[in-house]
Amino acid sequence: MVMAEPTELAVVRDRLATVHDPEIPTVSIVDLGLVHDVRVDHGRIEVELLPTFVACPALEVIRSTTAEALAGLGRPVDVSFTFAVPWTTERLTPAGRIGLRRAGIAPPSERSAVRCPFCDSAEVAMDSAFGPTLCRSLFYCRGCRQPFEAFKPI
Amino acid sequence: MTDFAGLEPIAMDFSGAGGGRERALALLLLSMADDEFVIGFSDSEWTGIGPILEEDVAISSLAQDELGHAQALYRLFVDVVADGRDADAVAYDRPPDGYIHARLLDHPRGDWAWTIARRWLYETADAARLAALAETSYEPLRQLVDKLRREERYHEMHVDAWLERLAGGGAEPRRRLEAALTAMGPDAGTVLAPLPGELALVRHGILAEPFAAIEARWRAVTSTRLIGLGLAALPPTTDPDHARSGHSDAFRVLHADFTMVRRSEVGATW
Repeated sequence: MVMAEPTELAVVRDRLATVHDPEIPTVSIVDLGLVHDVRVDHGRIEVELLPTFVACPALEVIRSTTAEALAGLGRPVDVSFTFAVPWTTERLTPAGRIGLRRAGIAPPSERSAVRCPFCDSAEVAMDSAFGPTLCRSLFYCRGCRQPFEAFKPI
Repeated sequence: MTDFAGLEPIAMDFSGAGGGRERALALLLLSMADDEFVIGFSDSEWTGIGPILEEDVAISSLAQDELGHAQALYRLFVDVVADGRDADAVAYDRPPDGYIHARLLDHPRGDWAWTIARRWLYETADAARLAALAETSYEPLRQLVDKLRREERYHEMHVDAWLERLAGGGAEPRRRLEAALTAMGPDAGTVLAPLPGELALVRHGILAEPFAAIEARWRAVTSTRLIGLGLAALPPTTDPDHARSGHSDAFRVLHADFTMVRRSEVGATW
């Protein structure tokens, strides 16, 4: 077995940080906590990702975008999804939480701790646990009087 | 025990699944997948016509979740059976009598109260089933169940809130809810009806306990909740020997609907 140079693994990780959720352009799949495992051995690059929600329709897009980002490194690329560990909201990095706010989406919190991503008011109310995508809920901010979305804690 | 004799050749030619443990595991996975697939597809009929906008979004999300769960379960099923079929072939290429979803899901979605009643009966039973699989010895299923339970928690909260709302929402909502529960109550226990070979599942640590024990606990919890809302406790399950066979005309219509695209261009990738 030929082990990859550490630098090669670093290159793969750098490239993964350029892949974004198709619906949240401000958050990379790394900061979203989707990357479960990265291996560069047996002459291949293997990446295992975690689905946020089992039925997320963006999975295939994320898989192919990830494979494209890793093309051209001189090795075959294999990107797959696994349930080895459940994706949970705790997997979001601090940068991921900031990125969500920049996209106008409140990062996941207990319902009582959700704050408006626009004006940071805590005077918010949940309209519905179900929003435009499986991973988001609908809220309304009484501070700036705007509806907003919040990432669903899971 | 559910009688699968009539549909074995069509539904489950488990040639690759061997005997005992594998066969029983395949049956468990297929029954769960079919349940999620049928309720998911049936509830998706509300998309665009939900009673209010937020609810239209919610029921569409719930239906999408169930279809995704079905897909993940069909994938586990084809891994066990290994007969060359993929998950789509299992989901779409069987005749109506080849499906083994519970009789509860043979009912059409009906009006909103009916949909809520059916969802509540199904979600509570499904939660009991998933709890009995939380520590399953079949690792791929354990991983998936861990994930499913985190998502299903939202389903349970949603449908229980609606049950309470309809029960206390005045004469008309309550009348409709009671009519739906009366009509579907005798079929509610079919989700947790014993499966052929389930003792092998228990023996191998795949299922925590026989379905009769899971059903008894579910029945006690759901009856307490219903009585607390001033509703009738669930009646015993009628004809438990045909809990997952002899499907309704409503399901045949649904089946014609959900296989239409697949049939329209055999072999196409959509």
